[in-house]
Amino acid sequence: MADTPLLLRERQYHQIKAVLARLRLDSDAKLVFLVDKDGQEIASSGELGSIDTTSLASLAAGNVAATGGMAQLIGEKEFPTLSHEGERESIHISVIGRLLLIVVFDERSSLGLVKLRSRQVSQQLAAMVDEISKEEFSDEDSAFGEITDEDIDSLFQ
Amino acid sequence: MTFINYASREINCKIVYYGPGLCGKTTNLQHIFESTAPQSRGKLISLATETDRTLFFDFMPLELGTVRGFKTRFHLYTVPGQVFYDASRKLILKGVDGVVFVADSQEERMDANVESLYNLEENLQTQGYDLMKLPYVLQLNKRDLPNIIPAEEIAAELRRKEEPVVEAVAANGAGVFDTLKAVAKQVLTELRKG
Repeated sequence: MADTPLLLRERQYHQIKAVLARLRLDSDAKLVFLVDKDGQEIASSGELGSIDTTSLASLAAGNVAATGGMAQLIGEKEFPTLSHEGERESIHISVIGRLLLIVVFDERSSLGLVKLRSRQVSQQLAAMVDEISKEEFSDEDSAFGEITDEDIDSLFQ
Repeated sequence: MTFINYASREINCKIVYYGPGLCGKTTNLQHIFESTAPQSRGKLISLATETDRTLFFDFMPLELGTVRGFKTRFHLYTVPGQVFYDASRKLILKGVDGVVFVADSQEERMDANVESLYNLEENLQTQGYDLMKLPYVLQLNKRDLPNIIPAEEIAAELRRKEEPVVEAVAANGAGVFDTLKAVAKQVLTELRKG
């Protein structure tokens, strides 16, 4: 069957956002976000502007999945970081277990600084997500067990 | 893998459309995109070749509505159908919550359907999934063409369990939303059981 759901509680979400906000400041980045390797956006911090973060999350996950496949073909487990440099904007992706830490930056920062700061928070984020992945449904999640067929049918009306 | 975000009150699920080359997977998504109000969907991302064959995947986020105070968002993906893109298909299946197999109803594509379905089962197994336990719908597409096999015959050949079988003409939208509804219901029912 499908995997058990990944549950992100409010407290954990705000903790992650605080770490991302700190990272963004420390690395002078425009935007920082955390994405699951399946392409699900977990949290973000920064100048979203008109950036479609849903698409960016999915494409980043696809990017990492593709390069991970290439890595395995040459005998590597995966490439732990990926960087893409544009004329004005750049992206740095760090693979932290099942997460991707994505930093979008411009000339206000540098790849070296982004890499350093990303590495500094990676353990903290890994520990947070490890906690999240162990979450199970509890009494406060009873609403899901109460979903009726009518609730589901109403989505398609 | 279903992702439930309590802070933003969202349930996010991943559905993958699978099938042989040119069976209509991308056409399904294109119809859903064109028929859905902009506020209920995101962009349709298509990573394709110059001849519009899917190269890596198509992706489209879709918001179906609210259930018990949670917005339900489905991330729809298609895989590239051509045989030699198997490495990519494996990657796209990761984290899947529900699968739609799009079969090409044309007589000359039956072997390709069987091969693709076998490939789906194999790739799911590699990722640790069991098709028999996963939300799953079989779509029989291209029902408008002249050289098609009767639906009962295709279903007899391709059906794996008691999955819903939906006849479709994705090019004009027939059966597209019925298919999506069928797989989405199964995914949410699984969540309820969890």
